[in-house]
Amino acid sequence: MNQKTALFELHQQTGAKIVAFGGWDMPLHYGSQVEEHHAVRRDAGMFDVSHMARVDLHGNGVRQFLRHLVANNVDKLTVFGKALYTCMLNAHGGVIDDLIVYFLRDDWFRIVVNAATRDKDLAWIEDQAQHVPGVKIEPRPDLAMIAVQGPNARDKTCVALVDAVQAACADLKPFFAVETNGYFIARTGYTGEDGFEIILSNDQAPNVWRALQRAGVAPCGLGARDTLRLEAGMNLYGTDMDENTTPLESGLAWTVAWEPKDRDFVGRKALETQREQGVMRKLTGLVLLDRGVLRGHQRVICADRQQGEITSGSFSPTLGRAIAMARVPVAVHTGDSCRVEIRGKQLDAKVVKYPFVRHGKSCLGDL
Amino acid sequence: MSEIPEDLRYTKTHEWLRVMEDGHYEVGITEHAQDMMGDMVFVELPEVGTTVNTGEDCAVVESVKAASDVYAPVSGEIVEVNSELADAPETINQDPYHRGWMFRLRPTDQSEADNLLDSAAYEQVAASES
Repeated sequence: MNQKTALFELHQQTGAKIVAFGGWDMPLHYGSQVEEHHAVRRDAGMFDVSHMARVDLHGNGVRQFLRHLVANNVDKLTVFGKALYTCMLNAHGGVIDDLIVYFLRDDWFRIVVNAATRDKDLAWIEDQAQHVPGVKIEPRPDLAMIAVQGPNARDKTCVALVDAVQAACADLKPFFAVETNGYFIARTGYTGEDGFEIILSNDQAPNVWRALQRAGVAPCGLGARDTLRLEAGMNLYGTDMDENTTPLESGLAWTVAWEPKDRDFVGRKALETQREQGVMRKLTGLVLLDRGVLRGHQRVICADRQQGEITSGSFSPTLGRAIAMARVPVAVHTGDSCRVEIRGKQLDAKVVKYPFVRHGKSCLGDL
Repeated sequence: MSEIPEDLRYTKTHEWLRVMEDGHYEVGITEHAQDMMGDMVFVELPEVGTTVNTGEDCAVVESVKAASDVYAPVSGEIVEVNSELADAPETINQDPYHRGWMFRLRPTDQSEADNLLDSAAYEQVAASES
């Protein structure tokens, strides 16, 4: 029996096609995944992301604990409300999960982790915190989460929210969050568009969802969420990286804070060794020049008989062609031609930098 | 419940077959099948002139979500394919039984079509999966 979010009944009433995802029954789409994708790129769409796990970390020891727990450095968080994207690594430098850390008060941080990894993440975090004083770990299943994304997302959200909350989020800067009147509103997302992620009580969630719908925000499912994040060049945990790959092999070197050198985070030694010995593989973007659709696990054949593999691929509704992220040898360069094996045929593709799309516009230039 | 025209024959794998006036068969995928797959973005069709056997995978439809094989409902030779689907695969979503046809074949054995499901039988297949 899968878990259901506070918005599940609303999704059913709206005609959502429901699929199992990470132990939850979630909307895949409400009719057309492609239309929902376009709604986010051109106007405003919303996603029920309540399946993701919110965990509050309380206590005077939390900052010190997070310095050790995650690969990015929470000391970058100096202003209340600031958010940080990071990986949580095992001792081998493999990625246990990627997450966002919000700094709310000196003794209160909130993290949001993936649904499918929730249990192992919590077990790991609790284990790591065992001998650390001043850290209380509090999962928040009482809270729902709605992501509102798109060029008009912030305006439409402000219309839908009660006045007291409106004022607080109107001036919110990118990658900041504010907690007010029982609402937690962050200017973050997973689509490459502007917008908010709203964390609120399960009781409030259906009312806010309906209000957003009245304000003209289109309900969108996990299907559109995946094509949007792929166009935006954002990694998907379990697909683009996992416990057998490090951030350095996953396009996430920018999230590893090497300074200060004496910060001993989990996985640091392994990453340093990998960096010294040389990283062998990297994540890159691919665009299919022929007709077809790129999918995960397809083989990529590059110059000099080097080979790689697609980690995630799909059809890009914005670009009208197939795109992918692929793990390839480091000697493969942007602009190189390559071939992708699809059902026994080798099709022409090109190695490109991602993101593929930012703020509704193609980043590819001439192919 | 999705539309299942009574004048067509069906397979358990969600292809439909229409007997045309010239004796050729027109083949596509059902409304139920396109609904399960979602927005179509790519179609790979057989080459005209190839011979296909009953149950052989001879075309591919890909939605944003996944790729799916299309099987020959009966044996025969491919005589025509719907090349308009290359530029407009979404036609299969919009009009699966008419403009969304995929290929036409000349049957090897006329009696083979009798083995296919009628609309009532296919309705049960579709209902058991939704």
